[in-house]
Amino acid sequence: MLRLEQAARHYGVVAALAPIDLELEPGHTLVVIGPSGCGKTTLLGLMNGLVQPDRGRVLFDGVPLSPATIKAARQRMGYVIQDGGLFPHLTAGGNVALLARVLGWPRNRIDSRLRELARLTHFPEDGLDRYPLELSGGQCQRVGLMRALMLDPDILLLDEPLGALDPLVRFDLQNELRDIFRSLGKTVVLVTHDMSEAAFFADSIILLRDGSVVQRGSTADLMERPADPFVTRFINAQRARWHDGTAP
Amino acid sequence: MRIIVPLALAAALVVVASPPAPAAEVTVGSKKFTESVILGEMAALLARSAGAEVRHRRELGGTRILWNALVRGDIDVYPEYTGTLRAEILARENIPDDRALAAVLARRGLVMGPPLGFNNSYAIGMLERTARERGIATVSDLRRHPDLVLGFGSEFLNRADGWPGLKARYGLTQGNVRGLDHDLAYRGLVAGDIEVMDLYATDAEIDYYGIRVLRDDLGYFPTYDAVLLYRADLVRRAPAVVHAFERLAGRIDSTAMAKLNAQVKKEGKSDRDVAATFLRAALTVGTVPDHDADPMQLWRRLGPATLEHLVLVGISLAAAIVVAIPLGIAAYLFRGVGHGVLAVVGIVQTIPALALLVFMIPLLGIGAVPAMAALFLYSLLPITRNTHAGLVGIAEPIRQSALALGLGTGDRLLRIELPLAAPLILAGIKTAAVINVGTATLGALIGAGGYGQAILTGIRLDDVGLILEGAIPAAVLALVVQYGFEWAERSVVPRGLRLGKGTARP
Ligand SMILES: Nc1ncnc2c1ncn2[C@@H]1O[C@H](COP(=O)(O)OP(=O)(O)OP(=O)(O)O)[C@@H](O)[C@H]1O
Ligand SMILES: [Mg+2]
Repeated sequence: MLRLEQAARHYGVVAALAPIDLELEPGHTLVVIGPSGCGKTTLLGLMNGLVQPDRGRVLFDGVPLSPATIKAARQRMGYVIQDGGLFPHLTAGGNVALLARVLGWPRNRIDSRLRELARLTHFPEDGLDRYPLELSGGQCQRVGLMRALMLDPDILLLDEPLGALDPLVRFDLQNELRDIFRSLGKTVVLVTHDMSEAAFFADSIILLRDGSVVQRGSTADLMERPADPFVTRFINAQRARWHDGTAP
Repeated sequence: MRIIVPLALAAALVVVASPPAPAAEVTVGSKKFTESVILGEMAALLARSAGAEVRHRRELGGTRILWNALVRGDIDVYPEYTGTLRAEILARENIPDDRALAAVLARRGLVMGPPLGFNNSYAIGMLERTARERGIATVSDLRRHPDLVLGFGSEFLNRADGWPGLKARYGLTQGNVRGLDHDLAYRGLVAGDIEVMDLYATDAEIDYYGIRVLRDDLGYFPTYDAVLLYRADLVRRAPAVVHAFERLAGRIDSTAMAKLNAQVKKEGKSDRDVAATFLRAALTVGTVPDHDADPMQLWRRLGPATLEHLVLVGISLAAAIVVAIPLGIAAYLFRGVGHGVLAVVGIVQTIPALALLVFMIPLLGIGAVPAMAALFLYSLLPITRNTHAGLVGIAEPIRQSALALGLGTGDRLLRIELPLAAPLILAGIKTAAVINVGTATLGALIGAGGYGQAILTGIRLDDVGLILEGAIPAAVLALVVQYGFEWAERSVVPRGLRLGKGTARP
C-alpha cells in the first residue's frame, strides 16, 4: 500500500504541506478535509507523484516513488483531478479507454469494460460516443471516475469529485460512489471541504489547516473529542446557518 | 537538380571524353536589366554558333549573385563592366587600370574579354524641363538645390562607387533620398515623385523621356566599359566559344547599344530577336535554331511557372514541417534548449529575403536549390513557434490528468499533447505556406524561376501586363493555399476541439 514518511512540500518559504506520516489502510476510505488552500490537493499530489516531496519520502508497496517506478505506480492508482481534466479531443469512451488502448488491451475487452463501468456509474451508454463539451457537469464527473476505474486500480485518489454539482445529483452520486467503493473494496482517499460529505464517506478523517494536520480520527472523534477549537468551528460553520434559521 | 546535373555532366565530360569533345556545355548569365539580357543573348547565340550546348540563365538578381555564380562555376560567362569590377566587386584591391584588373581576375581563374565598344558609365539625370527651370547642367549645380528629391536604384544607393562616394566628392546635402528599382525610377521621375535619378549612359529611356544627363564635372564616375567576363577554364573546354566571343570586340558603340535597348524596352521586341538581328547584321553570324525559345501563349508560360512555383513552395514547406515540428517539441520538452532554439529560428527570420538568397549562393549556387533552402529557413519560425506555443498552452488540469494516468512521455505527446496543439501547429504551417508563396517570387532573382520570373521581366520592360502575369497567379495561389488549409483543418483538428472552438471545459 501507500505510505508517506515525513513527506512535505514547500512553495517558497510557505509550507503547502508540513511533514506528514500516513499509511493508507486497504479497503478503507480516508477523507481529507479542510478549508480552501489548506493543502488537500498537495497531499493527494504527493501520493501519486504529481507533487515532488521536498522532504521525506513516499513509498508504494515499500518502494520509493522515482522516475523509474512512477508510471507503473500511477497505473495502479486511479486519480480524479479536481477540475475533471477530461481530454477534450477524445470522446467520453476515448477518455476512459485511453490507458487500456496504450497498454494494448484487445478491443472486445475494452468494450465490455466500458459497458460495465457505464452500468456501475449510471452513465448513459450512448453518451460514450460524445465529447466532453457535449456532456453535462455530472456526466463529466462520472467519465472522470470511469477513467480512474478503468484498470481496476487498488487505490482511488479523488479530489472533490462531486464539486460543482447540484444537490440532487450530488446526493445520488454520493450514494452510487459509496456503493462502488464498498462493493469493489477499494482503498480510497477522498478530498472534500464539505463536512457532511466527509461524514458520509469516511472510515477516518484528516482535518488540515494551513498545511498541518489539526486532527485525525473517525467522524465521531472529531465531533465529540475535538483536538482544537478550530475543529469545532469548522464543523459548526457548515451547520450553524441551518439551525439559526438564516440558511437559504 | 537543374544546376547540379549539367555541372556533373560537364565535369564528367572533361574527365572522360577529352579528345574529340562533343558539344561543350556553356552557361551564360545576365543581370536583371535589359542591356545585360541582350548582351547575354548575344553571348549565348555566339556560343551556340560555335557549336556549344548553351543555357542562358537570364535576369539574375544583381552583381553579387552573378559574380558568386561565376566564381563557383554555376555560370561560365556574363556581361560585366570594368568600372563595376574595379570600384565595386574588387574595390578593396585598389586596382589602378584595366591591365591590372585583368591580372587580378586571372588570379581568381577569370578572364575579361576585350571591351565591346561602349562605356556604360553611371550618370545623373533630370527631366530636361526641370533641369532648365532650375538651371542645372552639371552635378556640381546640384549643390545649390538641397531641396531636390533624389531617387536611386538600390545598387547605386549602396555601392561604394555610387551615391555614398558621389555625395562625398561633390559635397551634396540632399536629405530626401529614396531607394527604388532602376526601371521604376523612370516612372517616378516622369510622375514627379523624384527629380533626380541615376542613369546608365545607354538607357533607352534617356532619349525617350527627354532626360538631361548632368555633366560629371569633377570626373567622379569611372569608366564602365562593357566586357564579357568568363571562367578561364572555358578557354580549354570550349576554345571555339571563346574565339566567337572575341568577335564582339569593339563592335557595339554607345549609340548602337542605346538603340538595341530601346528596341526591347520601347518597341516591345524580344531581347533574343534584337540580339540575333544585330549579330546577323554586324557579324554575319547565322543564328542556330535554339531549343529553349520563349513559348508564346500565356498558358504555355503559366504552366511551367506554376509548376516551378509549387515545387519551390512545396518542397521547402515539407522539409520545414519535418524539421520544425520536432524542433518545437524539443523546445517544449527541454526548456533550457527551448529558448535557444526559438531565438535562433527567430533570428533567421529577421534576415532580409534577398540577403538570405545571396548568402545561399556560395553554399548552394544559383537556381531552385538555394531558393528552396532559403524558403525552408523562413518556414521554420512560424511552425516551430506555433508547435511550442500549442504544447505550452495546454491547460494544466489536462496535463496533470495525462501524467496521473501513468502515460509515458511519448504516449502523452502523441495521444494528448500534439492533438491538442494541432490547431495551432496547422495555423503555423498555413502562415509559413502563405508567406512562402509570396517570398518564392524572389527566387527568380537567383534563377529559381516561378511566378517571380514574369514579375522580374515585367519590371525590367516596364510591362504591367507581364508583372500581373506573375503577381496575379501568386496572389491566387496564396488564397488557394489559405483556403486549402482551412479546409484541411476540418480533417486534422479533432472534432471534440472544433465543437468548442478549441476551448476545453474547465
Ligand atoms: N504550484 C504551486 N506554486 C505555488 N504555490 C502553490 C502551488 N500549488 C499550491 N500552492 C499553494 O499551496 C497551498 C496548498 O494548495 P492546495 O492546492 O494543496 O490547497 P487545497 O487544500 O487543495 O485548496 P482547494 O480546496 O482550494 O482546492 C496553497 O496556499 C496554494 O496557494
Ligand atoms: Mg485542491
